[in-house]
Amino acid sequence: MFIINCPYCGERDQSEFSCGGEAHIVRPKQPTELSDDEWAEYLFMRKNIKGVQFERWNHAHGCRKWFNMARDTSNDKIHAVYKMGEKPPVI
Amino acid sequence: MTKYRINKTRFVDQTKTVSFNFDGKKYHGFEGDTLASALLSNGIHLVGRSFKYHRPRGIMSCGSEEPNAICQINADTNLTEPNVRATEIELYEGLRASSQNCWPSLNFDIGGINNLISPFIPAGFYYKTFMWPKSFWKKIYEPLIRLSAGLGKSPSEPDPDIYDHKHEHCDVLVIGGGISGIISAKIAAKNNLKTILIEDKNILGGSTIYQNNKNFIIDNKKSNEWLMNEISELEKLDNLIIKTRTSLAAFHSYNYLLAKENISDHLPLDKKNSDIRQRLWKIRADKVIVAAGAIERPLIFNNNDRPGIILANSVKKYLDFYGVSTGLNNIIFTNNDSAYETAVSLFEKGISVKIIDIRKKSLSNIVKNAEDLGIKIYWNSTVVNTFGYKKIKSIEIMNLSEDGSNVTGNKYKIQCDCLSISGGWTPMVHMHTQSGGKLDFREIDQVFVPSEKSENHINVGSCNGDFELEEIVKNTNNKIKKFLNINASGFDKISVLCSKELEKKNIWLLPNTISEGKTKSFIDFQNDSTAKDIKLALREGFKSIEHVKRYTTTGMATDQGKLSNMHALGIIADTAGVKMGTLGTTTFRPPFTPLTFGAIVGRGVGKFFDVVRKTSIHEWHAQNNAKFENVGQWKRPWYYPINNENLHEAVQRESKAARDSAGILDASTLGKIDIQGSDASEFLNRVYTNAWSKLGIGKCRYGLMLNEDGMVYDDGVTTRLGENHYLMTTTTGGAANVLSKLEDYLQTEWPELDVYLTSVTDHYSTASICGPNSKKILKKLFPNKDFSDEAFPHMSYQDAIIDKIECRIMRISFTGELSYEINIESKYGKSLWENCIKAGEEYKITPYGTETMHLLRAEKGFIIVGQDTDGTMTPIDLQMDWIVSKKKYDFIGKRSLYRSDTIREDRKQLVGLLTDDPNEILEEGAQIVSELDKKPVEMIGHVTSSYFSPNLNKSIALAVVKGGKKMKGQKLFVPMENKNINVTVSDFIFLDKENKRINA
Repeated sequence: MFIINCPYCGERDQSEFSCGGEAHIVRPKQPTELSDDEWAEYLFMRKNIKGVQFERWNHAHGCRKWFNMARDTSNDKIHAVYKMGEKPPVI
Repeated sequence: MTKYRINKTRFVDQTKTVSFNFDGKKYHGFEGDTLASALLSNGIHLVGRSFKYHRPRGIMSCGSEEPNAICQINADTNLTEPNVRATEIELYEGLRASSQNCWPSLNFDIGGINNLISPFIPAGFYYKTFMWPKSFWKKIYEPLIRLSAGLGKSPSEPDPDIYDHKHEHCDVLVIGGGISGIISAKIAAKNNLKTILIEDKNILGGSTIYQNNKNFIIDNKKSNEWLMNEISELEKLDNLIIKTRTSLAAFHSYNYLLAKENISDHLPLDKKNSDIRQRLWKIRADKVIVAAGAIERPLIFNNNDRPGIILANSVKKYLDFYGVSTGLNNIIFTNNDSAYETAVSLFEKGISVKIIDIRKKSLSNIVKNAEDLGIKIYWNSTVVNTFGYKKIKSIEIMNLSEDGSNVTGNKYKIQCDCLSISGGWTPMVHMHTQSGGKLDFREIDQVFVPSEKSENHINVGSCNGDFELEEIVKNTNNKIKKFLNINASGFDKISVLCSKELEKKNIWLLPNTISEGKTKSFIDFQNDSTAKDIKLALREGFKSIEHVKRYTTTGMATDQGKLSNMHALGIIADTAGVKMGTLGTTTFRPPFTPLTFGAIVGRGVGKFFDVVRKTSIHEWHAQNNAKFENVGQWKRPWYYPINNENLHEAVQRESKAARDSAGILDASTLGKIDIQGSDASEFLNRVYTNAWSKLGIGKCRYGLMLNEDGMVYDDGVTTRLGENHYLMTTTTGGAANVLSKLEDYLQTEWPELDVYLTSVTDHYSTASICGPNSKKILKKLFPNKDFSDEAFPHMSYQDAIIDKIECRIMRISFTGELSYEINIESKYGKSLWENCIKAGEEYKITPYGTETMHLLRAEKGFIIVGQDTDGTMTPIDLQMDWIVSKKKYDFIGKRSLYRSDTIREDRKQLVGLLTDDPNEILEEGAQIVSELDKKPVEMIGHVTSSYFSPNLNKSIALAVVKGGKKMKGQKLFVPMENKNINVTVSDFIFLDKENKRINA
């Protein structure tokens, strides 16, 4: 159970949040132009790495805002929390 | 006093007698006893039978590591609890305990025959034997295994106790109230840190509290007296909370810990029910100090499991803490100095004691102390066998060879009634590893100790591998000061004198003259796995410790291998010729000791299990005999039986009334999302499959929402209330998820859109009136309103006023009938409903529930998302091509509708099914096949909705069938247990395909 520093509310218990999977996967602007493989890449392919992973989180039982988080999956250390639209930090 | 209660101590009040019952017989103990110490004081060692061989077993320890003395308490009542360790139950008046895993009785156990046939049932016996013949499985093997599986009996009545959960926050949490925990807590609390100290026993002090040996001196006092003084000072500190009878269950990341507090377990039966039984603390600590201590190891030799063989330090605790002697003729068998403390204690109480030590010598103070007292010590010796079936009677010892790998010389027999064994100490690293910490192997002591340093938690005392009193006290002081950033503490100038161990020797499996196959050297006492089993597993090719563990079941009993894991590892390392440190350990998972289900669940039982949502009209439904069904968290009227009607009868009546005259449904639970903003139309265009830009103000439209993978996600009618204002309805169960999904897209994919979403599900109540007479009823309710088709056409909405209250009327239909939905602020919902019922009286308006709603919509071929779809259906599969815009450039899921998989023609598609016998009703979920003879039978689909339609006077069903679109008129079969039902694929709109009724 981590403590997450919501960029809008501050530190809160993990039970207030829900994880939305890998971050920085942009929905294609012109889906109809894509081949099946390209669309499948967007739709299905997700990284599952040991180490620092960039994830989308939602303060579901709080401000309901989405934000991004850099979390080390091997020890749950949270390296950075940043707002949607901001560039991922270099870690 | 009984024969074995030979000592008076300050921990047991011998003026207060407590009577209890064990295996049907009444005994006496004293206040302060555990069940185990009380039994021992009555001379009872035999308390259980082992799991596999049913060998007689006795109390072996004094704590949570106890493998043998597990009992059923208060059997045959709703308070009964199985698998409770006698060493942890505090004695109370009226306690009833019974032994487990024996039949017909503890003393005569039929299962004991397993012991005789043990050569034939080695590790893996189950896997090898129950394979053949195949036909034996169901009738013989499975019942047999079920009969012998499990320990104890679970209660058959609901648990009457109350359990509680509580959150706690602190600066410092100290786990363990032994000497290092007490030092740590004192330093923290004295430095203005909010500190919590938890201890699983009823008093603080750990093993030092009964350490009265003159070789262990702190500040010129015996260590127990010094500690007693510290504890009384500790209890005066303001910012320290001491929680005794509280054991740590789990240590999660970010210093989030669970601890279970026993509140009334130790109270007499008549005082138990008055309050909470156990409380689970959820603690978030800034810093955690683990002072969990160490557990004494047994020694592994032939027949090392007889009743009367007890860990040496436990023997000392029974003597010096509880005042109970575990025997009058003791032998101590050890590989280290700590057991000599037990020997000296026994001697000082006048009890005969001899020592067998596998070492050749030891020159420490405590050993000299024992020698000076004249205690006989057999150096360089080992026990090779023990005798006595239900209680140890004698042992045989031999000398060890030079390198310790073998035995030499003659066997020598010694009589005894208790054998105290000590194989050294295992640091309790469980908490450290649960929190994610790693371990190092320390060769000299043959122990795993915490390695990684964490900023947020620290291990001190013997759980960190500090075993000598002096290093425990001084290292704890130094480490805590550094950890908490403190310059000086009250312990800086402390003087500690203690006996120091200089000679160390460890043999994981002691040698014997007879071959290993014929010995029973137990490693896991509870699961009966022996050294022989471990070696067999290795011979059969198991290499990983995790595999050996599972194959031999070592460490998998209720004690989770607290005593056995290290020996299993040691024997594997020795046999395979590898270093123990390279093997790693099995994973230590929470909980550290078993938790009751009650403690885990807390108060979330019965009506507190889940939130219950009721509409504002609920009371009316209840008064009118509605049966309710759960839809998500909502209670919805299911049907309204009249005069003992069953579900079927009520639904037939309700659905006929709705089609013939008028019906009314509480539709308040449908999800409602208020959508506003200048881009609201564009937003709807993107989230629904159909087009929204041209929807006129005051009009309604049905929309279908997909996932990005093209599968149907939700549906509902959305109404345009104004230029930039819509009201979206969702399915009852999907409301929260739809809102979250829409928010997700708005915040992350399309932040440029000016759209605001607000959940208004609870803000409005909805009465839905349908049927040919619905218009007349609406006219009565709203006499000033024009309900002509021209003024108020299908799929439109108008504002209205009833009883001076504003409301919205939508002319929309989920039943295929002429239908109006009236939305009003929730607080007026019931009054609106009652007005509708009153106005509809002359048309016999009939309230109907969800079951009738389902039937009516099925007659009309309307899908229910989640019933006729399951997350694998596209709108094309549902034959709803008409709602998928060809013109729109993009919407959620559009691209997926022409992936290679979604354009397959043999996907499961929605069809109607008619049974050849119109009275035969199919079962929802039943499988559909096209060929009965082909084996294996290929299942081509399943029934999703099925009803008997009173309006069509026949059975109808919706189903999804592979390639179903092209199968109209084809004969299929629905095989049931006793028969095959013949069906014909039909159109899925069964009634009024021309929409005459909606526009009636």
